[in-house]
Amino acid sequence: MSAHHHHPHPNQPDEEDRPRTHFQVMEIALRELLLEKGVIAAEELRVVHEAMDRRGPHNGARMIARAWFDPGYHARLREDATAAARDLGLEPTWLKLIVLENTPTLHNLVVCTPCSCYPWPLLGLPPDWYKSRAYRSQAVDRPRALLAAFGTELADDVELRVHDSTADMRYLVMPCRPAGTEGWSEEALARLVSRDSMIGVTPALDPAAVDARADGS
Amino acid sequence: MTDGSEAPRFQPGDAVRVRKAYPVGHCRTPFYFRGVQGVIERYCGAFANPEELAYGRSGEPAVPLYRVRAKQADVWSDYQGSPRDTIEVEVFEHWLEPCPDRSPAEETSR
Repeated sequence: MSAHHHHPHPNQPDEEDRPRTHFQVMEIALRELLLEKGVIAAEELRVVHEAMDRRGPHNGARMIARAWFDPGYHARLREDATAAARDLGLEPTWLKLIVLENTPTLHNLVVCTPCSCYPWPLLGLPPDWYKSRAYRSQAVDRPRALLAAFGTELADDVELRVHDSTADMRYLVMPCRPAGTEGWSEEALARLVSRDSMIGVTPALDPAAVDARADGS
Repeated sequence: MTDGSEAPRFQPGDAVRVRKAYPVGHCRTPFYFRGVQGVIERYCGAFANPEELAYGRSGEPAVPLYRVRAKQADVWSDYQGSPRDTIEVEVFEHWLEPCPDRSPAEETSR
């Protein structure tokens, strides 16, 4: 320890020192019991975790960028979005997907008011704010104020269409393709498609802020 | 998923009202949408009834599911936003009744 190190450091609790909720304790107890009794193997669990970690917004972004780039795929996405996902090797076997296309006069926003349904194979696990009561209530009764909180302002002549994912459908917003991206590669376009733009709280990213160089750079 | 034994009752563009009912038990028809008048945006297919699934029952026969579109101004008396704003909600067939006294449904734009 340095001779000049005089001021005290407050104790920072480790993970083990923090209080656990009832359900955290239940998860640990159940998991340890299942492993101990050989009902599941640790390796099986690890494989499932890795599969879930591999799912992220890059999957949804691939679909959107492909549709921007290829009119044939765009038509496929409109006709059967679930099949279009499978065409790219994405395997949401149970997913009944609907892609919602933004236009200059239509902006789509997705919410699940009963819980927090979300196309996680295409977007990864949902952010905490998506699951919050604040989001789930404001998305339906004051969506413009909610979007403003995300920095998104819509003109009065733009229809804001909210989709409440109350049953078996899952939704992916296709944001408007940003201006000034003519001639961009599919890979570069995918970098403009953020998770938040596929939920509908923001538009796609500003091309000026993103490196437009093609694959390989 | 199995197909419902009967053809779906409603077609896209049909004017419908969400029933104003408050049954005991689990259901996924939001409180805010009950009693609302809207139009059928599409038929989604038939799915197991979540009101049954929630209690460990099979949820069969599958129930037709629709997406219903309504104007936000028709849902919230104090809605702050554009009169063009809409909301679309998935509603099971047994929660919908026809709305014959409503003026012809507007074309569902995509």
